[in-house]
Amino acid sequence: MKRIDHAEAASRFIAAKDHIAFHDQRLWDLRTKRDRAVAEVPEWETLRSLASAIKEHTLTHLADYLEEFERNARANGTHVHWARDAAEHNQIVLDILTARRVRTLVKSKSMLTDECELSPFLARRGIEVVETDLGERIQQLDEEPPSHIVVPAVHKLRGDVAQVFARTLGTDPGNTDVAYLAESQRRDTRPYYLRAEAGLTGANFAVAETGAVVVCTNEGNADLSVNVPPLHIASVGIEKIVPRIEHLGVFVRLLSRSALGSPITQMTSHFRAARPGAAMHIVLVDNGRSARLAMEDFWRSLKCIRCGACLNTCPVYRRSGGLSYGATYSGPIGVIIDPTFNLRKYSTLPFASTLNGSCTHVCPVKINIHEQIYRWRQVINERNQLPLVKKEAMRMAGKVLASPRMYSAAVAAARAGLEYLPRTMIYNPLNAWGRQREVPRPARETFREWYRRRRSGAARKKEGAR
Amino acid sequence: MSAASAASILHSRADVLARLRASGRARLPLPELAGLPESVAVSLPTFADNLVRMGGNFVDGTGEADLDALVARLHPPARVIASAAREVRGTRVVVRGSAPGSLDDVDVGVVRAACGVVETGSVLLTDQELVVNALAFLSQHLVVLLDPAALLSDLHALYRRGVFLSAPYAVLLSGPSATADIEGVLVRGAQGVRSLTVIACPVLAAKC
Repeated sequence: MKRIDHAEAASRFIAAKDHIAFHDQRLWDLRTKRDRAVAEVPEWETLRSLASAIKEHTLTHLADYLEEFERNARANGTHVHWARDAAEHNQIVLDILTARRVRTLVKSKSMLTDECELSPFLARRGIEVVETDLGERIQQLDEEPPSHIVVPAVHKLRGDVAQVFARTLGTDPGNTDVAYLAESQRRDTRPYYLRAEAGLTGANFAVAETGAVVVCTNEGNADLSVNVPPLHIASVGIEKIVPRIEHLGVFVRLLSRSALGSPITQMTSHFRAARPGAAMHIVLVDNGRSARLAMEDFWRSLKCIRCGACLNTCPVYRRSGGLSYGATYSGPIGVIIDPTFNLRKYSTLPFASTLNGSCTHVCPVKINIHEQIYRWRQVINERNQLPLVKKEAMRMAGKVLASPRMYSAAVAAARAGLEYLPRTMIYNPLNAWGRQREVPRPARETFREWYRRRRSGAARKKEGAR
Repeated sequence: MSAASAASILHSRADVLARLRASGRARLPLPELAGLPESVAVSLPTFADNLVRMGGNFVDGTGEADLDALVARLHPPARVIASAAREVRGTRVVVRGSAPGSLDDVDVGVVRAACGVVETGSVLLTDQELVVNALAFLSQHLVVLLDPAALLSDLHALYRRGVFLSAPYAVLLSGPSATADIEGVLVRGAQGVRSLTVIACPVLAAKC
């Protein structure tokens, strides 16, 4: 399978200047809103520690909790299915839909179904799938995958949406008013809720104690998808289990504050059983999760509650856009999850990071994201998945950084080079640091020079005082 | 589906559980939640502030004799007012068992909340109060009656309630439907209700 070239894909995103500036600013705005929301909760760090510990407990008892969940869900009259992988998940969903002669499926946001590529699978078999979340719908109509876990169309500007809707929904292409565009989608989607024979949701949490799935949304589209059609299918990743109802308090308090900076999503919906006359099916999906649980260095990534905070804070994500990762999960969390699906295909992704640790700092369940990114780089090197140029560059850098004398010489040479070399020597295809950016002006002196100067100055002063 | 793939799916459950048990993870303990502080005191004004922050409207209806008149005043152009609350007649009573789609024409839905949460300005609605679950989503606007005595401090207090063990459906509503999916511009009424108004009023024994 072809390796995703993150840098190359990012360069295409960077070329659109308005988009990149807005993208960067919009996501940073989410990060600052998150900070304000967090500051209002004095026990925030306690909640993070609890959330992390609850997840680690659950993951290390996952088989037991899944059995408990299944038992309770069945007692509620819910049908429970198990899928080892995406293909089984898609087949199970298709079988449920076929048995009920479903022709139209309304669907709320679910990363898992994106991961399984459910919608194209169903579409090929003649089932009309309608994404109902506004951002997901924009992406579906534009035949593009979502670029962000929480805000799927964040890389698009209103003019882009106006064009997509004009082409697909027949709206006025000249009208880029956001309220008009959102209202157009509302009106277009509503008849589908009334007509669809089934609704599909993901799950933010699945409660072992009650067999319920919990879905957090802002638009109300999940509740419409479940409460209007007579059949509800919930696709649930096996890592979504929490042991008891009381644990929801911890996670719900963390989720939207981390994601959008709001205290809670507009709707927090608890689906425990189908209403009379309707049916509820839950598909529990592994798709690589049990294998990840066995990975000593990477199993903690399963704690993720998909809030997107690590994406919003990541300087690389904000300036490269989610689509450049070429995977369902982008940004820092994607960088550590994607290689578990396919190491070769996603082997460049762990290098799409500055390792600044900001992702780890904002993670509400305390995943050591930047440490895992670093560890993946080692694994990729060990398994010989580094491109030759990078491998050689790293080998040379390793030598230089290991020797103080070589390092000093290299720094001096680089400074002289930046000062005196013609532009074409710096801004050329061989120097990745000169691509898409101005190389910073070299400092007048290095830290080492500054330190020496200060020390000798301080020493002289001390001498004088004596 | 072929017989072979049907059989393989039958084995999936055993397979997934076996793989999880073989993962070799040492079992880690479950922490206690007992030490968590109550994040906010129970207070109607704080609830109202937090509700408004989430985009909801707050009306103090304590002592209001005619809630029907109040709802009509709040939504003058409404033609269809469907009520699932005993205290409000509206133009239509929501009948248990009616098709969800029959609420397509509702301008204003009215329902009494099971309880409210001060921390987030949320109201809890279950299938019991909603009568038809879709009432809270197909209606263009929603009016929720909330007994000030049914206020809880925070989400921890909420999730200690037995209702989650018994209710087939429970939704915690925090303001109206909203989206910021296009350029982060906030639009209320993305898919569900365009507005949410909470009227604080005790449950009236006389009306029961």
